[in-house]
Amino acid sequence: MSSETGKILTTDGIPLEVSLKKAERKNKIKAFLLVAPLLLFLLITYIFPIGDMLMRSVDDKMVTEMLPKTYKSMEKWDGKELPPEEVFESFYLDFQKLVEEKRDGKLSTQLNYTKNGFKSILKKLRRKAKNFEEGNYKEQIMAVHQRWADVEYWRAIQRRAPAYTSQKYLKGIDMYKNEEGNIVNVEEDRRIHRILWLRTLEIAFFVTLLCFLMAYPIAHLLATLPMKYSNLLMICVLLPFWTSLLVRTASWMILLQQQGVVNDFFVMIGLVADDNRPEMMFNKTGTYVAMTQILLPFMVLPLYSVMKTISPSLMRAGKSLGGTPFIAFWKVYFPLTIPGIGAGCLLVFILAIGYYITPALVGGASGTLISNQIAYHMKSTLDWSFASAMGLMLLAGVLAIYWVYNKLVGVDNIKLG
Amino acid sequence: MALPKYTETRYRVWHYFYITICTCVFFFLIAPLFVIFPLSFNAEEFLSFSEGMKNLDPDAFSLRWYKDMIYGTKNPWGLAAKNSFIIAIFATLGSVILGTVAALGLSSRHMPYKGLIMATLISPMIVPLIISGVAIFFFMAKAGLAATHTGIVLAHIILGTPFVVITVTATLSGFDHSVTRAASSLGSDPVNTFMKITLPLILPGVISGGLFAFVTSFDEVVVVLFLAGLENTTIPIQMWTGLREQLSPTILAVATCLIILSTLILVTAELLRRRSERLRGINR
Repeated sequence: MSSETGKILTTDGIPLEVSLKKAERKNKIKAFLLVAPLLLFLLITYIFPIGDMLMRSVDDKMVTEMLPKTYKSMEKWDGKELPPEEVFESFYLDFQKLVEEKRDGKLSTQLNYTKNGFKSILKKLRRKAKNFEEGNYKEQIMAVHQRWADVEYWRAIQRRAPAYTSQKYLKGIDMYKNEEGNIVNVEEDRRIHRILWLRTLEIAFFVTLLCFLMAYPIAHLLATLPMKYSNLLMICVLLPFWTSLLVRTASWMILLQQQGVVNDFFVMIGLVADDNRPEMMFNKTGTYVAMTQILLPFMVLPLYSVMKTISPSLMRAGKSLGGTPFIAFWKVYFPLTIPGIGAGCLLVFILAIGYYITPALVGGASGTLISNQIAYHMKSTLDWSFASAMGLMLLAGVLAIYWVYNKLVGVDNIKLG
Repeated sequence: MALPKYTETRYRVWHYFYITICTCVFFFLIAPLFVIFPLSFNAEEFLSFSEGMKNLDPDAFSLRWYKDMIYGTKNPWGLAAKNSFIIAIFATLGSVILGTVAALGLSSRHMPYKGLIMATLISPMIVPLIISGVAIFFFMAKAGLAATHTGIVLAHIILGTPFVVITVTATLSGFDHSVTRAASSLGSDPVNTFMKITLPLILPGVISGGLFAFVTSFDEVVVVLFLAGLENTTIPIQMWTGLREQLSPTILAVATCLIILSTLILVTAELLRRRSERLRGINR
């Protein structure tokens, strides 16, 4: 059916190429339509809200919206000397409007964050402003309190003009923008967040390491034992994996408490005196022990699924070629398990870095992590924008780890169970 | 793991060392769960083994805390269990339907931007739960669904679908597409083909994905803590409050029930995995 031009036609007379493309496109649309419901659902309920977190974390429109006229008139002010009459007048008008709407309290809280001392002078201004005469507001406002004649305070108001701020992110790493606009560290004794970030990294790192050291031998044993024994032992890994996180945390709380089983055992074998039982819970020890046990299956399972595919004859070949068992293991077996190690470590590290429940229950004050701080700001201080900022910093970290891992090993070999 | 007779002493020592280490690790993994069993039958109010229990005195054991769990005053566990099951069942249904359909699309070789879409679909599994919790809370608060069952079910569908997507795409990767083509050529419409041919073959994958989704929802506490009101309390929330405030033996009774439940789920999951491997012709 080929024509002179060399094009192959279908029975309908349409070139085959076109017909194929059409069919291809139809299939593409069909496949996409199947994915679309879930994709849309996740975009609306999950991905966009994460974007919303981003907006919240940088949003600083509150003051900008409360003083619209002031900021408009301030555009021409260079900030070197006291602002002109125009600025004072628009500030007075904005402020009167806020007082009418009873929102001046919020303004004073917000401005007080930027510079201490605003609260009292705004209060005084509210009292005096009732008797203000029309015109010459500059004189009248400056007469209320000497600080109103201080250019520093007007600069502080000006600093709140931008609708977006990086302040919450800086706070998350214990820094702030000072009055000159430079980014500086907060005082030594008030740096709490950096300690938390470091502690989170430290705990996640050591938990991953401990999990690896414990999981490697048992995954190897499970992979090399005959099926009927390994199935039985596999239950020891899978039962904790399927058991509720809270149940496992509860069991550690029972074990680690001062009158608990572990302490009883230590006393029994004479390791510690009965009246001097060590505190093993509500500190870092508790967090380490409980988190390692809880995350261990996540390391064993990927390791096992990789080790299962390694033929035992490889080790035998290594040995028969003159290697000692250790050399054969190190040169042949170990390199083959690296994808499993990568997957397990990634999984455990990412889970550990965002852990919340276990540290909150057994961690006490010295064993809590960054997620606990996020939850604290969400539920107790209600500083949602700060919680969002910290959450996004954590998310950025997780995504970075994921990206590096993908470059090094590839994500495709993550398996479940 | 018997050693051959010619093994040198140092390797023999190493081998026994290795077995000892493995035994310790297995013990570390499983033993904590078994502490809960005997203590939940404690006749006294303490969370450590009493003298009577150590001597296996029958009077030291009782069903007191199980009775308290079921008939106790104020009894938060009944409502919590009811809520947990309702939420988990609906969340599982939602996850399974959305996830399976999406996995069918994703497994098609015509799917455009496969990597990007897959990454989006499984993102709730990668993003730390606390962040998911904050994001979902913002959405539910705006949509007016905070402190409602619907809100929690939707949240758990978000968290559960990645598991279904992963298990079902894995099952579909070994799927022989010529059987569906055969069905179509014999005059079956796509829905009929799916129900009669595809679904029965991928069912083990769908069910094990559903089990993951069920357990995720049933155990989930971080997101629910943000979303739940007093009416929506679930078993994990009750346990969380109990563990934070006063560690009572009633919690251990509940924990024992949960361990039994997870054992049942484990057995089901294992049986399904083996069946799926047999169906896909993977022999080990």
